[in-house]
Amino acid sequence: MGLLSDPVRRRALARLVLRLNAPLCVLSYVAGIAWFLALVFPPLTQRTYMSENAMGSTMVEEQFAGGDRARAFARDFAAHRKKSGALPVAWLERTMRSVGLEVYTQSFSRKLPFPDETHERYMVSGTNVYGILRAPRAASTESLVLTVPCGSDSTNSQAVGLLLALAAHFRGQIYWAKDIIFLVTEHDLLGTEAWLEAYHDVNVTGMQSSPLQGRAGAIQAAVALELSSDVVTSLDVAVEGLNGQLPNLDLLNLFQTFCQKGACCARFRLQPQDWTSLDGPLQGLQTLLLMVLRQASGRPHGSHGLFLRYRVEALTLRGINSFRQYKYDLVAVGKALEGMFRKLNHLLERLHQSFFLYLLPALSRFVSIGLYMPAAGFLLLVLGLKISSLHEAEVGLEEPGGAGGMVVVFGDPLAPGPISKSLCALQGVGLASLVAPLLISQAMGLALYVLPVLGQHVATQHFPVAEAEAVVLTLLAIYAAGLALPHNTHRVVSTQAPDRGWMALKLVALIYLALQLGCIALTNFSLGFLLATTMVPAAALAKPHGPRTLYAALLVLTSPAATLLGSLFLWRELQEAPLSLAEGWQLFLAALAQGVLEHHTYGALLFPLLSLGLYPCWLLFWNVLFWK
Amino acid sequence: MAAAMPLALLVLLLLGPRGWCLAEPPRDSLREELVITPLPSGDVAATFQFRTRWDSELQREGGLSVLLKADRLFHTSYHSQAVHIRPVCRNARCTSISWELRQTLSVVFDAFITGQGKKDWSLFRMFSRTLTEPCPLASESRVYVDITTYNQDNETLEVNPPPTTTYQDIILGTRKTYAIYDLLDTAMINKSRNLNIQLKWKRPPENEAPPVPFLHAQRYVSGYGLQKGELSTLLYNTHPYRAFPVLLLDTVPWYLRLYVHTLTITSKGKENKPSYIHYQPAQDRLQPHLLEMLIQLPANSVTKVSIQFERALLKWTEYTPDPNHGFYVSPSVLSALVPSVVAAKPVDWEESPLFNSLFPVSDGSNYFVRLYTEPLLVNLPTPDFSMPYNVICLTCTVVAVCYGSFYNLLTRTFHIEEPRTGGLAKRLANLIRRARGVPPL
Repeated sequence: MGLLSDPVRRRALARLVLRLNAPLCVLSYVAGIAWFLALVFPPLTQRTYMSENAMGSTMVEEQFAGGDRARAFARDFAAHRKKSGALPVAWLERTMRSVGLEVYTQSFSRKLPFPDETHERYMVSGTNVYGILRAPRAASTESLVLTVPCGSDSTNSQAVGLLLALAAHFRGQIYWAKDIIFLVTEHDLLGTEAWLEAYHDVNVTGMQSSPLQGRAGAIQAAVALELSSDVVTSLDVAVEGLNGQLPNLDLLNLFQTFCQKGACCARFRLQPQDWTSLDGPLQGLQTLLLMVLRQASGRPHGSHGLFLRYRVEALTLRGINSFRQYKYDLVAVGKALEGMFRKLNHLLERLHQSFFLYLLPALSRFVSIGLYMPAAGFLLLVLGLKISSLHEAEVGLEEPGGAGGMVVVFGDPLAPGPISKSLCALQGVGLASLVAPLLISQAMGLALYVLPVLGQHVATQHFPVAEAEAVVLTLLAIYAAGLALPHNTHRVVSTQAPDRGWMALKLVALIYLALQLGCIALTNFSLGFLLATTMVPAAALAKPHGPRTLYAALLVLTSPAATLLGSLFLWRELQEAPLSLAEGWQLFLAALAQGVLEHHTYGALLFPLLSLGLYPCWLLFWNVLFWK
Repeated sequence: MAAAMPLALLVLLLLGPRGWCLAEPPRDSLREELVITPLPSGDVAATFQFRTRWDSELQREGGLSVLLKADRLFHTSYHSQAVHIRPVCRNARCTSISWELRQTLSVVFDAFITGQGKKDWSLFRMFSRTLTEPCPLASESRVYVDITTYNQDNETLEVNPPPTTTYQDIILGTRKTYAIYDLLDTAMINKSRNLNIQLKWKRPPENEAPPVPFLHAQRYVSGYGLQKGELSTLLYNTHPYRAFPVLLLDTVPWYLRLYVHTLTITSKGKENKPSYIHYQPAQDRLQPHLLEMLIQLPANSVTKVSIQFERALLKWTEYTPDPNHGFYVSPSVLSALVPSVVAAKPVDWEESPLFNSLFPVSDGSNYFVRLYTEPLLVNLPTPDFSMPYNVICLTCTVVAVCYGSFYNLLTRTFHIEEPRTGGLAKRLANLIRRARGVPPL
């Protein structure tokens, strides 16, 4: 390893990196994208397999036969619900008690920061009903959860029916080793959040709720169920949780096993395809992209997403009823659920054997973290190369002719080497010239984070808009204002060398971006990869010379908001329901409002991340572009 | 049960010469009884008490032990078995003593499963047997059925066959009514050659649930994440007007590092100051935390005792073989003198039924209760135990690379290299100069 100690070879390497900087960057970017596309092909994607011994080889015979009972419960539930207009709490309590559960209720209320127009709610108050099946001869130390979130409309009544029928069936069995909680929540995810917070006796989102009367120890796993028809053509499984968290892969494997066994068609986003033909990988890519988009959004896709914060492995099963010939009734779904619960009942430890970080090109195939990370790594390498070249150029400016005296360690953008050294270099420029743009862009980010919700009442007084519109429009206004503001600051600063100012600023911005993207890619790969794909080329290209309008257009097109808009279009395109421009814009506005709301109600981190982290960073590049 | 029965026999044999088989006839008569009571949860508890021999030969003969059929007893929610031995004076001056042996078996039947969704029960449904004849050895063989009604009219439940006598007593501070079936009463068995006691609820027993006990408790871990957490214990005093003190004893393993300053006790929204606290801090790997408090529970209130903790990192050999299961925290123990609703009169132990001795009464106005809360399961930060191999490989590589480079740097001698000028001609000239013995250019 003469790399660190041999000055000659080191210098040669540095020169090579400098000279071939542009081709290397392009190569690395292309490699990153190509690697990602290659993830659907067999050497990189593998078949899933059950890792947990306790669930692997044990035999389970499903005996659930309460299809009629489930339908009867569902009819009663729907009728009572229509009559009362809300969750029929008394009926649920009575029914759960009649099937032999220990029943409790929990009331909660929450005032949203601004009216939610998608779900039409503002001041929310509701009641959750849950029944506990106590396992015989056990001390209530562990439990499993079956939950049905009920929204304001009258969907999901079949799910409630199946839940009650399953509860009745489970109650008659003696093999339970873990308590089972049957939970029906009102106001779908809000109710689930309220119940989970009360169960764990914490308050993270400012929910007001009554304390729980009955508990059943540590929750080991949870399954959320959404069914709106008596027959289903397939079951869709949602795994993406809050902030892109995923449940252990074994839970998904378990579901898949029982769907295969019971001939109950399971799917993940799209219908499974034969992998040997070309269609398979293509559809795999489509599914993979859908998963990446959903995971990147960081919102809980189903009420299972909120369980993951409490380290409860959970997934949502959603019944799909499409125009296909083969349909399955509630008995098939019930049998799959019975099998899953019986195997989860066998668990000796929490699910931990299989992967927690994975991507799914199909239900039966996965890509593990070790294989997908290089894609993000290659994209970040572009930033690393740019940082090293920029630093080298700056040092070159500073001490002409002495460029060979310094060493560049390249490759890893997170290594402290270039940062500390470039900071030394920055002192030559005078850090003062960077303070103003940095501060201003961060302040813009802070304003973007705080002002829309804080200033909604002021906005509604002065403009003829509703609160939710006010929030979204303020958001857009501040976002656009940010483009106008900071690039005028450099006039205050007088520098001798005209180039050195923007180069220093770009260096700081590149390091900032590389750090952020690196951290994001580690925690939520999809988000990190998506942002890196869009932001890296523009960030690498930004400079105040050359075709500035072209650069500006590129930079605007890759800004976080434009990425969001583009993702929406891509998302609908992949679902084969393309959007028109106007629809897309409406959807974009709704997504902005939802993003802010989800941050306040569930603690989703995408909004603060974009407004406090990536938007200011992007503004710095904008600033570099308009540096005179 | 199979394990305990030889034990009981062994005890009998050991004590036999002193207790049972002396020339003087035994002071205590042989008695056996079965008490059936509904529980607040809706289940049915059956408690057997034998002061007779209890073994397999006798089961064929008759008596209550015919009901003990293993496959039914193990399909229940709970069972516990105990052997009590105590000295009993033979005469008033207590010059000589006998040993009394009493065996109990308590079983909790899930009334919902055995009754197919209803809370009715019968002996046959619970045990798949009926009583046919009394135990030939026993001088007293009785079945007590708790038929206490909690509202005034007696229309809520019905026992079949109707009992000949009833018995009233104060159990745990409340007045209970029992129907008595005496197996030695020939009329009882001889009518139909078997006795199948049945209980039917006339009204759906939802609003007829037995009242909850005055003192009960619940315990849970709150918080999420693997760093911090909180142990919370809820103590319920449902007595309408009496406050009473409770002694709460907590032993917490050392790997949950308790922050004692965060100990908060609140009842009815106000801080409740315990009148006595004893705390013994834990020592790592040696002893657990011991926390003992005397807390006054106000009437009709819920008291929350909570204390925060931090999860410690264990050494990797200290993890159990199933570390991801979590670590158990033992239950807290509550001891209290709970005030009675009805004052109990001191009873003559010999005359009253055997099950009375299960509920000790200190004086008439209150009774002693010891409760254990549920054990907790706490997850500690657990390493991935397949990782050490990877970690070793990675660390070795990193160390080797770093060490190699540094060693190279440290041991190398540096000298200034003249810039090479000249090229081929100069090298040729130098070759010639070296051949001539002249220093090179």
